[in-house]
Amino acid sequence: MGLFILRRLGVMLLTALCLTFIVFWLTNLYPNLEKLAKTQGNFRMSDEAVTSYLDDRGYLEPLPIKFAQWLGVAPGWVTQKDDGTVLARCYNEETPVDERRRFCGVLQGDWGKSTVFKDDVGAIVATRLALTGKLMFWVLVLMVPMALAVGVLAGMKEGSKLDRSLSTVSIVSTATPEYVSGVIFIAVFASSAFGLKWFKGSATSAMESANFENFFLPVLTISLYGMGYIARMTRASMTEVMTAQYIRTARLKGVSFGNIVFKHALRNALIAPFTVIMLQIPWLLNGVVIVETLFNYKGFGWVLVQAAGNNDIELLLAVSVVSVVVVLLTQLISDIGYVFLNPRIRIS
Amino acid sequence: MEHLTWTGALSPLNLFLALAVAVLVIAIVAQILVSFAPSDDGRAVYADGSMAADRGLSGFIGMIVHYALIVTLAIALLYAVAGIFMGTDAGIIGGMAQQLLPVWIALIVTYALSITFKRKLGLYGKLFDSTVGMIGFGLVMFWVYAGFFGGVLDMITTHDTLSQYSGMKNKSPGTPLRGAEAGDFQWFLLGGDNLARDVFSRLFDGAWVVVKIAPFATLFAFMVGITLGLPAGYYGGRLDTILSFLANLILAFPVILLFYLLVTPEIVQTGIPNYMALVLFVFPLVFLAILLNARFYTQPSFRTPLLIVVLGVGAWLYLSLVSTDGAIVATPTYAIPGLPAMLDGFDIDPNLLVVFVSVVFVNAPTVFRIVRGLALDIKTRDYVAAAQTRGEGPWYIMLWEILPNARGPLIVDFCLRIGYTTILLGTLGFFGLGLASESPDWGTTINAGRRLLSIYPHAAIAPAVSLLTLVLGLNLLADGLREESLRD
Repeated sequence: MGLFILRRLGVMLLTALCLTFIVFWLTNLYPNLEKLAKTQGNFRMSDEAVTSYLDDRGYLEPLPIKFAQWLGVAPGWVTQKDDGTVLARCYNEETPVDERRRFCGVLQGDWGKSTVFKDDVGAIVATRLALTGKLMFWVLVLMVPMALAVGVLAGMKEGSKLDRSLSTVSIVSTATPEYVSGVIFIAVFASSAFGLKWFKGSATSAMESANFENFFLPVLTISLYGMGYIARMTRASMTEVMTAQYIRTARLKGVSFGNIVFKHALRNALIAPFTVIMLQIPWLLNGVVIVETLFNYKGFGWVLVQAAGNNDIELLLAVSVVSVVVVLLTQLISDIGYVFLNPRIRIS
Repeated sequence: MEHLTWTGALSPLNLFLALAVAVLVIAIVAQILVSFAPSDDGRAVYADGSMAADRGLSGFIGMIVHYALIVTLAIALLYAVAGIFMGTDAGIIGGMAQQLLPVWIALIVTYALSITFKRKLGLYGKLFDSTVGMIGFGLVMFWVYAGFFGGVLDMITTHDTLSQYSGMKNKSPGTPLRGAEAGDFQWFLLGGDNLARDVFSRLFDGAWVVVKIAPFATLFAFMVGITLGLPAGYYGGRLDTILSFLANLILAFPVILLFYLLVTPEIVQTGIPNYMALVLFVFPLVFLAILLNARFYTQPSFRTPLLIVVLGVGAWLYLSLVSTDGAIVATPTYAIPGLPAMLDGFDIDPNLLVVFVSVVFVNAPTVFRIVRGLALDIKTRDYVAAAQTRGEGPWYIMLWEILPNARGPLIVDFCLRIGYTTILLGTLGFFGLGLASESPDWGTTINAGRRLLSIYPHAAIAPAVSLLTLVLGLNLLADGLREESLRD
């Protein structure tokens, strides 16, 4: 087991390195750098001005060296300008000479500076992640019980009326992407056109104080899309368990239906949904980006859009590292959890 | 011209529809509640040995559901049929039903033909045995025909999709067109958007964009996934490890981040989408060549001309696809010459190309994983061992023994994946990536409409509901296909 986890962690590290390198390469393509220079400087910069701007700030060094600097295994760039001013990756003019570091990268715990927000990337990502964490927490609180309940109820008696109506509900919910359900929810429950105005169409105020009125719609929007899929998987696993030999034996012995479902079937039926739920979390990330944009909730997804839209290289790298770690960590947890939950694998 | 209501002269029917729907909903809820309670059916045994059972409470509710459903559907049908004849006299719904007449005719012809010959049509025919499959197929074909008649033949659209009509900005559905001339259609059936364009016409024009891209992108993703997944599963070993690592690498990327990195004007400038197109579009060609060669290599006199013809046409299509204005890659600094412009069959707008390429790129790894899993499973079967004993080559076994036996799950996944691709295209439009901002496709329209959502929701709701029905149709179709393919 320990070896398995170690190997998986190794693959994770390699994947994260490869992915960040791809992001690094794409964001450091010359047209992207040019755009960055023009948004940071001014839009009417001449080509020479763009080149000197980029050169001064170390953007024109070879790609592997820049990547090593970002990682913190190569010394950061230092540019001595003709007029004597010094630009450097790791310090600025005000830093005392003896506190100036040579290396500053991810390994040193320094995630760089965001060019859009003019702030430390680490700080931005931390605050925004906390906000998105709040959103995700409520999404999981709403989605998981709902999905499991729908799946178990539908799978209890395959082919019954209840099964058919609940299956229809879950198919409809998987067919409704967040930007469709979000738009419909806002239009119906928050717009003056239908006159219902039960909720707020924007979740900006939920960043400080979340309440039912301003937070329910975004949470519901994300939950619904993920719910259908988990419910269908739960249903499939439940119907499989309900046709197993030991359930038939229990029924023949005269155990009541409720007891069969809750005491005998449920435990085994919930193994498969656990992995599905874990693997669904990275997909929720997409939903988070859409919903945060739609409801104007300034969390991690919103930062992703801002960073990508403005080619904010270091912020984008940090964002991709976080999302890659989320993806790979949930995969790892789902694998380990599967082993622990399933007695047939655990014992052998 | 007066403002249209939704149902116009047919509004007395609304009361009946509301009643029928209310009864239906109440009955369904009652049915579900009753299904929790154990049923004690009253059985009576008569003296002559025969038995009778009344259907009890649940049977009674079931009957109500049945009739309420029939009445609801009948009224809905009545709206549509009356609408076809009465046009806008029957309100907005009538007007739309009349505009959609070609779609109705095409749908009826398709269904009539398919149901008549369903026993001769294989899996497609079997689809018409399952209600769910038929509903799904109907929804999908509705949008395919609507896209074709609306986007290509301009038969459904009532106004030009790009021109702005003064005084029609954000007008609600059914508003009469201000200053309409005699030849014009007199109303904006679904209202005007924030640039005073007709929502109804844009909806059906946009349907074509989706219907045009999604199936092709999915097909290309399948070609890539199959061509790489089969050998990975069949050979295993190092090839499998490397390909699986690459697939997982792409899958670990959050889709939206990938889109934001790939689908930008700056990336188009660097020519990266062209290189990706160059690589991704060659897979169908490779697939076809291996497929035919594996089958016919024992008859060189037949194989060689066949391959020349197929690959010739394929190569021409491929080169036309990847080259624009006589160049495969054209960046400000350098250009790689491609097919000369005079031989070039068609050009693809660079913005469309980058959207297409990235959607294929995102979908291919998932298909790869599915195909690889299926190949791993099927290669242990006896018929594969028999083929190996016969001395068949590995590619013959993969493409003519394993692939046909994996077709069931693959066809089902194909339908689901078209739906997913539609969602991805919508996502791209929603973030304003790729397609031009005046493009009528649904994602872009939702994006444009969402800013005024709380005041004028109609411009965003129409494409949102359309996208929902199309994806729902594809999901139901996949469900029906799965059911029918499991049956035999």
